[in-house]
Amino acid sequence: MAKVVERVGDSFADRIYVPAILAGLKITTRHFFRNLFGQKETVTIAYPEVKIPYSPRWRGQHRLLKRDDGEPRCVACFMCSTACPADCIHIVAGEHDDQGREKFPVRFEIDELRCIYCGMCEEACPCDAIRMDTGLHAAPVYNREAAWVRKDQLLARNGRDYAVRADAEGPPCAVSSK
Amino acid sequence: MSELLIETEDGDLDSAPMNLQMGPSHPAMHGTIKMRLKLDGEIVQRSDIEVGYLHRGFEKSCESVTWTQVLPYTDRLNYVSPLCNNVGYCMAVEKLIGVTATERCQYIRTIMAETSRIGDHLTCVGASAMELGAFTAFLYAIEAREELWRLTEAVTGARLTHSYCRIGGLKDDLPLDFEASYRVVEKKVRSLIYDIRALLDTNRIFLDRMKDIGCISAERALSLGFTGPCLRSTGHDYDVRKYAPYMIYDRLDFEVPVGVKGDNYDRYLVRLEEVDQSLRMIDQCFKQIPAGPINVDDGRLVLPAKDEVYHSIEGTIAHFKLIMDGIKVPPGEVYSYTEAGNGELGFYLISTGEGRPYKCRVRPPCWALMQGVAEMVEGYQIADIVPTFGSINMIGGECDR
Ligand code: SF4
Ligand code: SF4
Repeated sequence: MAKVVERVGDSFADRIYVPAILAGLKITTRHFFRNLFGQKETVTIAYPEVKIPYSPRWRGQHRLLKRDDGEPRCVACFMCSTACPADCIHIVAGEHDDQGREKFPVRFEIDELRCIYCGMCEEACPCDAIRMDTGLHAAPVYNREAAWVRKDQLLARNGRDYAVRADAEGPPCAVSSK
Repeated sequence: MSELLIETEDGDLDSAPMNLQMGPSHPAMHGTIKMRLKLDGEIVQRSDIEVGYLHRGFEKSCESVTWTQVLPYTDRLNYVSPLCNNVGYCMAVEKLIGVTATERCQYIRTIMAETSRIGDHLTCVGASAMELGAFTAFLYAIEAREELWRLTEAVTGARLTHSYCRIGGLKDDLPLDFEASYRVVEKKVRSLIYDIRALLDTNRIFLDRMKDIGCISAERALSLGFTGPCLRSTGHDYDVRKYAPYMIYDRLDFEVPVGVKGDNYDRYLVRLEEVDQSLRMIDQCFKQIPAGPINVDDGRLVLPAKDEVYHSIEGTIAHFKLIMDGIKVPPGEVYSYTEAGNGELGFYLISTGEGRPYKCRVRPPCWALMQGVAEMVEGYQIADIVPTFGSINMIGGECDR
């Protein structure tokens, strides 16, 4: 069951160290030339000009989705803010003129400094109104105020046109095979 | 001046022992930890470890959130292998509730936990090699880890803070092309590990710093509560996956690598060997994994399917209820343990039947390891602290919680 590891490195060849240098050089040279000529193989990229595409499931900053008539889909049910472990979604609900809609968010703000990008809000929304597929990182800001993302900003963001957390198996999450 | 100089028996002048504070923000102190050393020249006479600089109040914080909301906290325990913690926590809660995850879920959890473990070991091996000046090996290890993390990101949606498991199941199934992507990654990881070993295994500079340094005996390690690679490097074969198989580990064919002397070199070898074994396990999982649901069929634990939530009133109500009240875990207490990257990760949970944990105690493997650090560095040179501490792989997030 147990397998004893093999301790090596006590031979004369290992003690004089020269073979180890040569073997090491061989490996690093191989990597060097592979990086020099096989550009496709290079590990590093020229960020920010070049970016590695994120997988479809990657959770970035939030956005709010719109109905066909351009209004927010959100019905201000507070599920996302209840599920949020970081307590960073703040909603003020209002009564909608349209009796069929009843409620809508007057204010909807996310404190992106507190957000831990766990995705529980996305999972908790009963009407697919909030998603995290914008591909945006948390942006650097100069003051805390600026890290609050408000309703109109959230609504203006774009993302993919399909929900990733589909209950079917969802779209393939192709890993960029660099 | 004169009282500082002590004349030794053979007539040499010897200076009085010097006190040195190493850390808490020392480049070689992984995470933040402080050592108070008493030095006789270069030799460490006594050392005193101070932990707790990364204390965030994990256990207390857990008491004010629902059982599900604890998950993001567990990501931050051992942040190098978060999926092992996710799995450990979910299994503990499931044990308390008395449900077992579905077959498919268990296989996926195993695959993801082992992937995480590989990343953990690679980080440890790479980082301790870097501290000895072998920067190339570090870059190769990180390159391999990067591939694994990108794969994990495709499954979980995040590189590091995955929050992937859920009580009673998982957030998502594996992507359709997961196995194909994994094969590409596996090939790279294997070849990089081969290169790392070729660079380090017989490299005298590396060996002189690793062999016979930081030794600890199996008896001593056991009595200090060591687990994981650090215990196995001493020759004891305790591995939770073999001794108390959980999930599907009893169906997998793998060996437990053990060392001989319990020195740094053994810990290095054991870790790399474990990576091999993990790759073997994942291979077998792919062969055995059945189709089927990933979540248990229990509306009290798992959110209803989105289709039901959108289109049926029952689904909506169940969804709202589960999110507002949280999962109701029956009163009781439980201890559940799994093998995480650094050893036995235990969760001791108490529930009073409300929607929140009454107590969520973690037995972090690093905590026990820290007890042994003092005796593993005493008697060696001060420069040996670096590889010894590196090979123990202390993770602040887990040790200090
Ligand atoms: S991602 Fe998590 S932390 Fe951020 S808003 Fe959503 S639930 Fe809250
Ligand atoms: S859960 Fe969805 S619908 Fe409810 S408040 Fe949040 S975004 Fe709006």
